[in-house]
Amino acid sequence: MADIDRDTLLDIYTRTMKVNRTDEKFRSLLMQGKVAVMYYCVRGQELVSAAAMAALKDEDYVVCTYRGQGEQTAKGIPAEKWWAECLGKVTGTCKGKGGTMHITHPEKGIMVTTGVVGSGLPIANGLAMASQNTGDGKVTMVSFGDGAANIGAFHEALNMAQLYKLPVVFLCQNNRYGEHTAFADHTQSESIYGRAAGYGMKGVRVDGNDVFAMYHAAKDAVDRARAGEGPTLIEAMCYRMMGHFFGADFSYMPKEHLAEMQREDPLPKLRAVMLERQFTEDELDAIVAGIDAEIEDAVAKALAADLPGPEELQIDVFEKVPA
Amino acid sequence: MGEITMAQALNRAIDEAMAENSGVFCLGEDVAAKQGGGVFKITAGLTEKYGENRIRATPISETAIVGAAVGAALAGQRPIAEIMLMNFVGVCMDQIVNHAAKLRFMSGGQTNVPLVIRTTTGVGVGFGGQHSDMLEAWFAHVAGLHVVTPSNAADAQGLMRSSIDCNDPVIFIENILCYGLKSQDPGPGYRVPLGKAAVAREGSDVSVITYGRTVLDALAVASELANEGISVEVIDLRSIAPYDEATVLASVRKTGRALTLHEAVRPFGTGAEIAANIQEKCWDSLKGPVRRIGGTFSPVPFASVLEQAWIPNKQQIVDQIKASMGRG
Repeated sequence: MADIDRDTLLDIYTRTMKVNRTDEKFRSLLMQGKVAVMYYCVRGQELVSAAAMAALKDEDYVVCTYRGQGEQTAKGIPAEKWWAECLGKVTGTCKGKGGTMHITHPEKGIMVTTGVVGSGLPIANGLAMASQNTGDGKVTMVSFGDGAANIGAFHEALNMAQLYKLPVVFLCQNNRYGEHTAFADHTQSESIYGRAAGYGMKGVRVDGNDVFAMYHAAKDAVDRARAGEGPTLIEAMCYRMMGHFFGADFSYMPKEHLAEMQREDPLPKLRAVMLERQFTEDELDAIVAGIDAEIEDAVAKALAADLPGPEELQIDVFEKVPA
Repeated sequence: MGEITMAQALNRAIDEAMAENSGVFCLGEDVAAKQGGGVFKITAGLTEKYGENRIRATPISETAIVGAAVGAALAGQRPIAEIMLMNFVGVCMDQIVNHAAKLRFMSGGQTNVPLVIRTTTGVGVGFGGQHSDMLEAWFAHVAGLHVVTPSNAADAQGLMRSSIDCNDPVIFIENILCYGLKSQDPGPGYRVPLGKAAVAREGSDVSVITYGRTVLDALAVASELANEGISVEVIDLRSIAPYDEATVLASVRKTGRALTLHEAVRPFGTGAEIAANIQEKCWDSLKGPVRRIGGTFSPVPFASVLEQAWIPNKQQIVDQIKASMGRG
């Protein structure tokens, strides 16, 4: 297994913990009844997002889904803007008009967060097409779940991306469930990555709980795309350790599955790697403490911020309504 | 200057925009030179000038076509996506309605989608139930979309340029039966503003509010009825949504009678919205109820005799106008 240099490892660790601490905080606020909004937990998938975003440049484009906190946070949306948006405040990145399912922050390349399963893939092709047309050198990465691989948009998009050799990376986070339906109950395919072959595309499967495998798979795909060698479909194997959305029942998950995902939890594994690489407990704890402080500050500001006014209903519908 | 057909006018508008702005590009099924420049030849000759990256022939994948156009537009390009026939929008409504239309709003204005979706349709050529429908009401019902349709070649050129200039998505509806219509050549760079109706014929007794191919029927009827002393004003909306309410209301306040006319089926059509709006805002000027004509509420049939019975015809327009005048 190829190595990862210490700086990059630390970067991935920091991004992973930002995603995790944001998720923990969100669940705690929901549990305490301090906020009441839709939130799709990312517990168990933090490392996939963090390693994938670490493989991108700041200016690269990302399209994600309602379960996109990982990509959004790891790509670098400022916590203040993110929290305010999730709480529906006018100081949010979308002025409170997008919300948890439609986070957008072009400054950090988060171009679309879609609430419709599979819809992000064709849009990612378009962002990549723009890069191909202009030669701006950007790569687009689109994240989606295993459930999205069964919708037509997935197949249309893969075929078109390979046809034009677009600089796009398809990141399937196979968390074993499409909403409440287990993988084996939504397809007879053995894998998602195998479907790439049907379109003449490179497909790879990686352990999304292994920082080395995950980062290198993402980096290789991004490098290929940037070099004009075309798209890659990555199937990152991971677990969704909570229900479909916060508060949703997940008693349908068998006990063996729950035990397996506990064993495979990416966070203790990553911590062990960090310690092996001579980062100290104190160093790592200090990183998490810094993240927590930033989140606390962002949440406090978001809670105190103004709500959007009714005039916002007429703004941003059109650039201008013809007179 | 000579005359120009609607097909030529559309081709010229796209050509001009592509020459001026390297971000303008076309994508759709069969649009490139290799495939003959589009089924209706609207993009003929453009591949040779601008290359295959800017005239992208696509697989038969409407969701991927519109999705790619949305993504490219988000990145600052100005794509012109072709959905070969309007009924095929059924394949890609998610990309149009949930994404193209809403991304400006949902992003709080951080992104926008300067996208033109060209599509063609029309009843009267024997294409049957899945290649003929006018579905403009579907899109007019969605906040964030402009819906445009020309009734003559000059407007086609001018509306197309304005649609490409527009920083929001535009559904540009062409009628197969109108591609050969000729106008006086409006010259290069011609633009017709979005949201601005044309008074296609002035009159004083009754206002017919229509758009697209049925403008021709309304004008023919207006000429005919002039011989009987009935003065018909014909409003060509050109932009169906948002539409030019001021011009419509001013016309109805003048004539006191209104008839909405479209090829799309009558129930829940755009004519119903316009009629309701007129009745709310011009009640005191009205001499009678606003009347509506639209296609028959059935799928478009194949057999020519049935198709002709389906489509709104000139006699219906005459009858409705006369009835509104108490001369039925």
